[in-house]
Amino acid sequence: MSKYYLNYLGELESEAIYILREVWAQFNNPVILFSGGKDSILVAHLAKKAFYPSKIPFPFMHVDTGHNFPETIKFRDDLVKELGVELIVGSVQEAINDGRVAEEKGKNATRNVLQITTLLDAIESNKVDCAIGGGRRDEEKARAKERFFSHRDDFGQWDPKNQRPELWNILNGKHFEGEHFRAFPISNWTEMDVWNYILRESIEIPSLYLAHQRDVVWRSNSWIPVSEHLKLEEGEKIESKKIRFRTLGDITITGGMESEADTLEKIVDEVSSMKQTERGNRTDDKRSESAMEDRKRQGYF
Amino acid sequence: MAIDNNQLLRFTTAGSVDDGKSTLIGRLLYDSKAIFEDQLDAVTATSKRKGYDGVDLALFTDGLRDEREQGITIDVAYRYFTSPKRKFIIADTPGHIQYTRNMVTGASTANAALILIDARHGVIEQTKRHAFIASLLQIPHVIVCVNKMDLVEYSETVYNNILLQFEEFSSKLYVKDVRFLPMSALDGDNVVNRSTNMPWFKGAPLLHTLETLHISSDLNKIDARFPVQTVLRPQREGFIDYRGYAGRLASGILRPGDEVVVLPSGFNSKIKTIDTDKGPLEEAYAPMSISVTLEDDIDVSRGDMIVKKNNQPEPKQEFDAMICWLHNDSAKTRTKYTILHTSNEQIAMIKDVVYKVDINSYSRIKDDKELQMNSIARVTIKTTRPLMIDEYRDNRVTGSFTLINNATHETVAAGMIV
Repeated sequence: MSKYYLNYLGELESEAIYILREVWAQFNNPVILFSGGKDSILVAHLAKKAFYPSKIPFPFMHVDTGHNFPETIKFRDDLVKELGVELIVGSVQEAINDGRVAEEKGKNATRNVLQITTLLDAIESNKVDCAIGGGRRDEEKARAKERFFSHRDDFGQWDPKNQRPELWNILNGKHFEGEHFRAFPISNWTEMDVWNYILRESIEIPSLYLAHQRDVVWRSNSWIPVSEHLKLEEGEKIESKKIRFRTLGDITITGGMESEADTLEKIVDEVSSMKQTERGNRTDDKRSESAMEDRKRQGYF
Repeated sequence: MAIDNNQLLRFTTAGSVDDGKSTLIGRLLYDSKAIFEDQLDAVTATSKRKGYDGVDLALFTDGLRDEREQGITIDVAYRYFTSPKRKFIIADTPGHIQYTRNMVTGASTANAALILIDARHGVIEQTKRHAFIASLLQIPHVIVCVNKMDLVEYSETVYNNILLQFEEFSSKLYVKDVRFLPMSALDGDNVVNRSTNMPWFKGAPLLHTLETLHISSDLNKIDARFPVQTVLRPQREGFIDYRGYAGRLASGILRPGDEVVVLPSGFNSKIKTIDTDKGPLEEAYAPMSISVTLEDDIDVSRGDMIVKKNNQPEPKQEFDAMICWLHNDSAKTRTKYTILHTSNEQIAMIKDVVYKVDINSYSRIKDDKELQMNSIARVTIKTTRPLMIDEYRDNRVTGSFTLINNATHETVAAGMIV
């Protein structure tokens, strides 16, 4: 006799598909925020399922900091082509050139915070009323409070203390003109769930996630990849290591870890015995106890 | 892989900081190894800065800056951990009186509720509120955790007295499965590991209880209800005439060939196919997200519901419901609200407040009918068009709704149809 209950991955998948379909039904001009990281790839995969046999009805929006891994950009372009979706790119470099934002100064300068302006610009100029993201509640303490449908005021800001209650599976996406929503279909997934599902579904991911030989320098407790943007500090030396990346952000701030995991199975094994959180290698989150909350309030992903 | 059969259990924790709720969650996460080294380092450093002796496990559940500063939980926070048997989602809700709305929110999707009682104080008003909400929201399983047993010398008598108190007041409630556990979250007694201090307790520790609760029949598998979210019309090669009705099966089971009715139009048809990107299915059950095609070319759109011909919900324009008011602006009768019910959306008004409930004494208040934030009341709702409803007791999806304030777009009430 067959069983009549879903396993946890099946339930998470069904929930995410439900949310994606609600976005489509409730908004006029939604987009998927696509970074080329595994979480946004997962969202794209779930969107494909949600609307099959139609193609994904949302354009992809990429906030390009100009500090990308070349592999990520190639992966993005290939996927967009394969899925037949439109790609909207918001450029941080353009915003810098226009003088709308200024490059950070100092030792650990990043373009992380600068993305907020570009993201909000792209949302406004494209009249986007819902931006679907791959944020997960297990990633960071401020994200633990996110709703599936998260309201942003007309300045793009998040007010965590004044969120709409979300009950059962009833989602309220009603908003005034100029306001927008962020939707998080994989809120309830953990890093481990994402990897187990990628393995189960054989989802293609950028090779950066698999162990590979790379030129790197040791900085802030992780291996930072050598790129045209990297300025060597005194005492730092370039080494070649077999590493892989656990998350993908800007090439300037994403640290790799030494690893032999060069298949999805090995990654799942490795992640399940991991002793540090996923964002532990991200210098952007280490700035203060509420670094993520502060960025999110302003309109970050 | 073994995990392939593992189910997902959602539970809510009710209690205040004083009951040791945050400590309990911290303990569950810590002992089930869901805490990472960098999180532990951060919490150890904070504990030291605050001058505590050991690691304050409660700090693992801190979220927003204001919460850290004030030492309270403001909003529902979701936490995750996995045991070899299940994946767990904790809806961590604040326990203070003004936060009823958050408890209701957390409870709405929960399979189980953990109610914490401080062994030194026994059943207090807050316990009654929490039990009432668990009953109101029809959480299938309730686990009463009598915490801080270390502070009452692990006394079986104290524990038994609290059980008796709970049994007495809860006999008025509608809860099906209640279990009791003595524990000390601070020391980890009966949380993940069995307590050696309470050999008189023969039951299993909390984690084992959570791992083995029978949850696969928590969802209604009898009454097939399929609310249509959107219509898929690919209009591409191979699918020129394809019309798929996409949605998440709210309850029950559907199979190709089933005789169905589309509500509210009442057109009859048969299920032709149930499709997914991996191919057609021979059957689908709640809570699967699917796409369905019908044998006949009839008009179906968002807000419609596909049900079996021989088992239909009642279309109603006027019905009673228990509601929890969620907003600072108090409710107004004879005012238009938007009602969200499954994928359907209509205009509704609160025709009448039948009575309010005092959730401390469970008594009905009939002379004061003002619904303010956190009020719970029985009301009569009237809608412009019929909704396809079931009783909440039978169906948590088709028996629930929310009300939206049309002027602000905010969610102002949660309702359970009676």
